[in-house]
Amino acid sequence: MMHNTENTHHLQEPHFNTPLQDYAPEVRQLVLDYTLQLADTSFILGHRLSEWCGHGPILEQDLAISNIALDLIGETRSLYQYAAELEGKGRTEDDLAYLRDAVEYKNPLLVEQPNGDFADTILRQFIFDTFHYFFLQQLQHSSDLRLAAIAAKSLKEASYHIKWSSEWVIRLGDGTEESKRRMEKAVDNLWPFSGEFFQITETEKRLLEQGIIPDYAPIKQQWDEHVTKVFDEATLTVPQNVWMQKGGKEGRHTEHLGYVLAELQYLQRAYPGLEW
Amino acid sequence: MNQKEWPLWEVFIRSKQGLDHKHVGSLHAADAEMAVQNARDVYTRRMEGVSIWVVESKHIHASNPDEAASFFEPANDKVYRHPTFYEVPAEIKNM
Repeated sequence: MMHNTENTHHLQEPHFNTPLQDYAPEVRQLVLDYTLQLADTSFILGHRLSEWCGHGPILEQDLAISNIALDLIGETRSLYQYAAELEGKGRTEDDLAYLRDAVEYKNPLLVEQPNGDFADTILRQFIFDTFHYFFLQQLQHSSDLRLAAIAAKSLKEASYHIKWSSEWVIRLGDGTEESKRRMEKAVDNLWPFSGEFFQITETEKRLLEQGIIPDYAPIKQQWDEHVTKVFDEATLTVPQNVWMQKGGKEGRHTEHLGYVLAELQYLQRAYPGLEW
Repeated sequence: MNQKEWPLWEVFIRSKQGLDHKHVGSLHAADAEMAVQNARDVYTRRMEGVSIWVVESKHIHASNPDEAASFFEPANDKVYRHPTFYEVPAEIKNM
């Protein structure tokens, strides 16, 4: 019984039947681009986390990381399915995931950064989870009903993710000498990638004007407050005036994304249409 | 946090409202909060639970297997302790 429950749970098609909204062609293109950006972000981070599977520091955390990876891949599927419908050219969620090149991927640079050590993975997750959580809270009120529905579903999962990664930042920051040293190094490595979430692209600007996506300024404020609170408890210092990397949301990536896609896409590229 | 090994915890899950928490297994965690989170991640992935209890294994005191004879065997020949000598009225279904 138990394994049946799991199988049906994972194979179940997401039940988002909201009909496509009646957008003007250019608005529809904007919503499509943005949906792909959100999908790419969850997809690449979910894949990065899946690299930990079987390598976690202890069994319990190995499972915790795999659970989060699966949550993100679930969100990814709903978003790619929506994107495929919006595009309306017969491409499927799999085509969008496996047959696009790096320049077409619009994820922020943070999520493609390598796992590094456990501290790097935790901090990368914490930066993302904090954004994701406050962002989804707003997106669930979007005038785009499908994005709102996907956000509302993912928010339940994201509420656990932010709890998990915040706890770990505190444990490692305020842990042993070594864990603190590693957390500080992770902050140095990854902080320059924390600003891109809030840097608005041309696509985002126009969607904001249409009232389809939330304003990032209040989200940034909530993000700052949460990060400061957790860092204080973790005895870590929030870096000030760091020059922020950007470009991922416009398709300009670090060298790491190519390797991620090579691994992810190899099978479909080498054997197009292969199923198993 | 100087210990190298995290302590062991026993996990109890309640599967539905109104049912008892049942022992499902054990895990390692640094403290109670992490133990609850780990239990959620390890033991409720397949919708098994609506509530989790954890207790550090060292707080569980068990009966001694060597004393099993004196503990449990005296009950063997005391069938009169089972309420099987009563007539159950036919109207009572679920006994």
